[in-house]
Amino acid sequence: MSGNGIEVRGVTKRFPGVVANADVNITIRPATVHALIGENGAGKSTLMKILYGVQRPDEGTISIDGKPVSFSSPTDAIRAGIGMVFQHFMLADNLTVLENVVLGAERLYGIGDRAREEIERISDTYGFALEPDTLVEELGVGERQRVEILKVLYRGAQIIILDEPTAVLVPQEVDSLFANLRELRSSGHTLLFISHKLDEVLAIADDITVMRRGRTVGEADPATTTKRALAELMVGSELPSPQTEESTVTDTVLLSLVDVNLVDLRGRHLLRDINVSIHRGEILGIAGVEGNGQAELVESIMGMRKATGSITLAGQSLAEWGTRERREAGIGFIPEDRHRHGLLLDAPLWENRMLGHQTRAPSSRNGLIDQGATKADTERIVRDYDVRTPSVGTRARALSGGNQQKLIVGREMSGDPILLIASHPTRGVDVGAQAAIWDHIKRARREGLAVLLISADLDELIGLSDRIDVILRGELVGEFDPQDVTPQQLGTAMTGGRESA
Amino acid sequence: MNPAVLVRKLGLALLAPLIAVVAAMIVTSGVLVVAGASIGDFWSVIFSAPSGRNWTNIVNQSSMIFLAALAASIGFRMNLFNIGIEGQYTLASYTAALVAGLALFPGKLNVLAALLIAMGVGGVWAGIAGILKVTRGVSEVISTIMLNAIAGGIVGYLISNYGEQFGQGRRTTPIPEGSSFDGWALFGDNSGEVWSLVLLAVLAGVGVSFLINRTRFGFDLRATGLNEDAAVASGVNVKKMVVVSMLLSGGIAGLIWMPALFNGADYYGPPFQRLLGFTGIAVALLGRNRPIGIFFGAVLFAWLSEQANPLSLIADISPSVVQITQGVVVLTVVIAYEVVRRWSASAEQRSLRNAEAST
Ligand SMILES: Nc1ncnc2c1ncn2[C@@H]1O[C@H](COP(=O)(O)OP(=O)(O)OP(=O)(O)O)[C@@H](O)[C@H]1O
Ligand SMILES: [Mg+2]
Repeated sequence: MSGNGIEVRGVTKRFPGVVANADVNITIRPATVHALIGENGAGKSTLMKILYGVQRPDEGTISIDGKPVSFSSPTDAIRAGIGMVFQHFMLADNLTVLENVVLGAERLYGIGDRAREEIERISDTYGFALEPDTLVEELGVGERQRVEILKVLYRGAQIIILDEPTAVLVPQEVDSLFANLRELRSSGHTLLFISHKLDEVLAIADDITVMRRGRTVGEADPATTTKRALAELMVGSELPSPQTEESTVTDTVLLSLVDVNLVDLRGRHLLRDINVSIHRGEILGIAGVEGNGQAELVESIMGMRKATGSITLAGQSLAEWGTRERREAGIGFIPEDRHRHGLLLDAPLWENRMLGHQTRAPSSRNGLIDQGATKADTERIVRDYDVRTPSVGTRARALSGGNQQKLIVGREMSGDPILLIASHPTRGVDVGAQAAIWDHIKRARREGLAVLLISADLDELIGLSDRIDVILRGELVGEFDPQDVTPQQLGTAMTGGRESA
Repeated sequence: MNPAVLVRKLGLALLAPLIAVVAAMIVTSGVLVVAGASIGDFWSVIFSAPSGRNWTNIVNQSSMIFLAALAASIGFRMNLFNIGIEGQYTLASYTAALVAGLALFPGKLNVLAALLIAMGVGGVWAGIAGILKVTRGVSEVISTIMLNAIAGGIVGYLISNYGEQFGQGRRTTPIPEGSSFDGWALFGDNSGEVWSLVLLAVLAGVGVSFLINRTRFGFDLRATGLNEDAAVASGVNVKKMVVVSMLLSGGIAGLIWMPALFNGADYYGPPFQRLLGFTGIAVALLGRNRPIGIFFGAVLFAWLSEQANPLSLIADISPSVVQITQGVVVLTVVIAYEVVRRWSASAEQRSLRNAEAST
């Protein structure tokens, strides 16, 4: 297998008010792992979408294996051997691995034994350890991602594009993903991936391309470059790392959960005997592999699910309160899935500013929407949180993933919350913006904000938290002091390796 | 927004309905050819200048279609399919006529009371579907269709058992003279009168527009329609919203026939105009659930129906052919909107490129 190299020349793509890709040039050598990095809104996802035929370039050429290609849809791209794994998985929970993989590709190997054989063959070849008949809902995030990759391989992809594949993974899962990627590389596949985590980029990439403001601004050799140098290339600034300053934890309990349980329709415990409290000025970190009850915990506190047991906020029981009252009482909420729970993608940014705050100033007055004040305040968020957008009238869908995240964080930090529930607050944002968000959270904490922080990024968790609890299968299984815990220790506890006190 | 952009946006907004209308004309012409009728005759009748009386009828009919579509649009804005407009306004019209006929209040106060009752009855009838949905998980599509049948049955039963005999059929007691309006002869003498309560449609249009776009309630409603999960996370009580918007939708539906009742119909009986509820659903789709769009859709539908009347007389074609035109408009407009959206996206792209080249 020689081919599979990609040559991008002079690709330009414009959107109203922005040039997402401006004269982009990249050479991706066959059978390598190529990392694409750059600040939020740099144009990385746009370039990937162009390569996968989701979007068409206004100018420029793409050639694969020396031959110019032009895709008008993903179907064309798949035919040319290109596959893409999106950041948001697109699997049907109630179908099996086999069914998910075969769906839409029935013509390749049918839907019976031949399909099963092919899936087993791929799974064995690259060490995916997937069983064709497992229901997807029983799989963890890392496994789901492997199903997505398997889907792409099943369709014969030689070139695989992964948009921020590690954002949702904890370190152990990242390691096994990388092991899979190395297998793929050695069997001749070409891999192109986006990441904001520079350690990972250095660990796996053969080549690195840096984008800034729609342009390719440089290439780096992972063997010789450093994180610092990469960060400077990306955002032109120093690399931040979260440093807990002196503790601001007070004695006042702000949020307290006593014997909180959540049982699903089949009688399974989604949350079991949760007892935890957070003080004013304290950040409580929750470490865990995604899908171990974090979402359920958050949604119980927000009143989106009805858990048993008692939850009190500043001494007030929340039992009788709906989500709206809880928000009005000062709970800010950064959801883990920004598209599903955080945004109205087809509404302008200023209307998104209102979401979750629609009953308060500046959003509304006496039941009427206050457009002027909301727009002005959205401008403020755009400025303070460096949201890259043509205007506050732009639809949320048009923003890059990281910029959508910055808007949500800015919104939820507005209106002086007393408790912030932050699920992966910096997921998908670049290193510069990450530092800015950390600063915002720390400043609010000094002023007494209590934070429930859930993050797959263990450095973030250790750097920000005053205390870390580990969640496993719906239970809090151990507490750690971030001062003297390593990501490795946390990782072990999260996967049930060992409990710690 | 600068004027050039505004003009282009407006043009694009009108383009899709225009394409749909043209497509509908082509399909209708095709049907006429197959049926062996004259295309030329048909269109010359449809496009002949309406007489004063025609204009009066178009305006009056538009007001009822507009109210029906407005009612449907409230549900549609939050992905709630109130197919029961038909039953809601039938029941509301009957009840309102009945109560107005009792003359419990003097003069125009009687009208006000009847209007409130119409809204109440329509709202309650729709509200039943809302409550069934939030408590029992019954799809509102199913329940409103059932409620249509039930409403028809109830009204039929009550009229034939308790209505007063009138010619061949039965009716409610006519409303007292002081409770009906004179209307305005806007299109010349002997051309009939534009109903005074056409203003009701205007008021309802402005009111609903304001409610949806300017109030917190409207924001919650739109948010629910755009992304229900995000709306829930933002504190919207979706169950409450479902019930309230069904009440609202049914309340507006209750008003549909009121302009006719108080401008000459005088009673609920055989001349009662049915099927406006279904027309309203089609027009709401055509107008993309926006009051302005619905307004144009309502006028188009009223125009087609009114102009089609003399078809059998002049061209020996069944007037019901225009129903094909109406149906195709609704179907094609959905596609046309998508085509125009894509086209305008690429036009935007081109203009960006040109703007860049010139600087
Ligand atoms: N469909 C769209 N319509 C309008 N503008 C868009 C659209 N998609 C992307 N953009 C704009 O193009 C630019 C590049 O976006 P892109 O999603 O490629 O960024 P990115 O590098 O992937 O950023 P991130 O790291 O935040 O994911 C952004 O300014 C974005 O607002
Ligand atoms: Mg992106």
